[in-house]
Amino acid sequence: MKQGFHQSALLTPLLALSLYSGLLIAADVELSGKIEIETTVYADEGQFPEQDYRYNLSLALEPELYWQWNDGDDSLIFTPFVRGDQHDNERSHGDIRELAWTHVNGNWEIHTGIRKIFWGVTEFNHLVDVINQTDAVDSFDGEEKLGQPMLNVSRVTDVGIFDAFILTGFRERTFAGEEGRLRSGIVVDTDRATYESSDEERHIDFALRWSHSFSVFDLGLYWFKGTDREPLLTPTSINGSLVLTPFYQQIDQVGIDLQATIDSWLWKFESIYKDSDADNYLAAQAGVEYTFYGIQQSAADLGVLVEYGWDERDEEANNIAQDDLYLGARLTLNDVNDTTLLVGASYDNDYHTRSLLVEASRRLNDNWTVSLEGLLFKESNENDPASALDKDDRLQLTLERYF
Amino acid sequence: MLQANIRVYFSAFSIVCLSAMGFDAIAQTPEEKGLEISKEAKKRDLGWGDSQTTLKMVLRNAAGQESTREIRAKNLEVDNDGDKSLSIFDHPRDVKGTAFLSFSHPVGADDQWLYLPALKRVKRIASRNKSGPFMGSEFAFEDLASFEVEKYTYKFLKEEACAGGTCFVVEQYPVDKYSGYTRRVAWIDTSEYRNWKTEFYDRRNSLLKTLTVVDFKQYLNKYWRATGMKMINHQTKKETDLVWDEYKFKTGLTSADFNQNTLKRAK
Repeated sequence: MKQGFHQSALLTPLLALSLYSGLLIAADVELSGKIEIETTVYADEGQFPEQDYRYNLSLALEPELYWQWNDGDDSLIFTPFVRGDQHDNERSHGDIRELAWTHVNGNWEIHTGIRKIFWGVTEFNHLVDVINQTDAVDSFDGEEKLGQPMLNVSRVTDVGIFDAFILTGFRERTFAGEEGRLRSGIVVDTDRATYESSDEERHIDFALRWSHSFSVFDLGLYWFKGTDREPLLTPTSINGSLVLTPFYQQIDQVGIDLQATIDSWLWKFESIYKDSDADNYLAAQAGVEYTFYGIQQSAADLGVLVEYGWDERDEEANNIAQDDLYLGARLTLNDVNDTTLLVGASYDNDYHTRSLLVEASRRLNDNWTVSLEGLLFKESNENDPASALDKDDRLQLTLERYF
Repeated sequence: MLQANIRVYFSAFSIVCLSAMGFDAIAQTPEEKGLEISKEAKKRDLGWGDSQTTLKMVLRNAAGQESTREIRAKNLEVDNDGDKSLSIFDHPRDVKGTAFLSFSHPVGADDQWLYLPALKRVKRIASRNKSGPFMGSEFAFEDLASFEVEKYTYKFLKEEACAGGTCFVVEQYPVDKYSGYTRRVAWIDTSEYRNWKTEFYDRRNSLLKTLTVVDFKQYLNKYWRATGMKMINHQTKKETDLVWDEYKFKTGLTSADFNQNTLKRAK
């Protein structure tokens, strides 16, 4: 099992603190979490060697321990995560999603430890979301994140919320191994990662953010300085075989996220400007979501989404949404079992690649939920990196038990 | 003996008052009287400050199958505006940790945010879905919103006996075009102005639901809160029961306890 965790200056005192607090208030520990059973069927065997299978089984466990004291002004959360995958050794992995102490004093909050932070408003691409590294091997949609060590001070004022982050230590992105599906033709060798900074994964990053809600608007602005979460992948020959090696550069990035919520309309906009030694560029994701409430005199809602992703670098971009149009529909039955159906389609204007995602989920009873996800790709240009996914159409059934 | 005398005296007094009011009622239209009753009900509930409670919902379908929801709620009274509320879902397990922040307004759309703990994401949501069911129950979002006089126009229908003694029966017509109702009929008792029963008429003006209050409990010698409610949907035969734990009032909550940071750390 690969444990992707690199040392952080914070970890040791934090563990000591968690033990100490645990001893003090062991009686007030709240345990919850989930177990996930995921089965996948692929339409074909993969197009690359080692991908010669059509079925995969994967199990994951994510418990959460939570303590609070001082009337909730102090709290400690610990969320370890572990997954075992039938085929992909890289996907069999563990992580500490959260291990953090939160202290609240009036309008001030101080968070110390490993945490997850989400920024952004759009649905199909999370352009401005920069604090946490993507756990790319865990989910294809990029929404699973690795825990990030940090010190975060947050202050609520009448003119918005101000956040300062010191990010102590860097997490490398996870990538599918040779036996993994939904990967590039050449495997990424995560053991050969290199860095622009001589501090490598010990480089300390900084971020400042201001966010505010006023009338129908929710606005966020930030500045980030540090190691780019998105590596540059370079083909390298190692003992005669070709691999991709990740290179993590230093960047300055500013970002904006804005949503206007007007009647049944959600107008969404995200944009970043990223500056590194190699280049600088602008990228944006914008869209609109309209919801039809109570369709056909029923309790069900139907949301329709359109988004467009753009990157100044066009085909040169390592951003998947460089000139892409997204369409989505979300049907929410609003029934006792929270039944939802999501259909999402994307079209790449540069490469004419299309993909379709169908996701249905519902609660089975007080403890179990089930979801079914279908993923289809249609490539017509072999130069598109997405052509590597040509044989990876799949259907995935996931059962989750909450405790 | 003395008490009996006092009672007789007061009864006589009320008869005099009622006949005096009878003259007033000639000048007062049913619309004016409906509005006056609603204003009085709101006025009697002013000044509660803040409260915290736990709510249990039992959802029952026509076949009698049940499922439960548990919610902790913090509420803050805001002068000259709608209430602020923060709700934390504890049950069912798969939505545990989900939290909902709402700034309601007497006129216009409410501001609402939902916190999704799996993604650590706060989503501003459209408040247009007033008529949608709350967590799959027979309660719509608008049924659980704080009562504001400006949200309806009124018409007094009659007085009649009810669970709370004698009730004013008042028709309420939603001002918001997105309401799921053409009208509600409310039974409000004449002594304490508590709403014991409400009938909801759908957009086609046929009877959709009936809400009855099991009982009320008085807090701080002034504020009445329902201890339990039952909503019956006549069209689907589904029911939802609400049971509240003991309310805590004046717990020291301020507007600083209702923002996106407190939403994210609500547990």
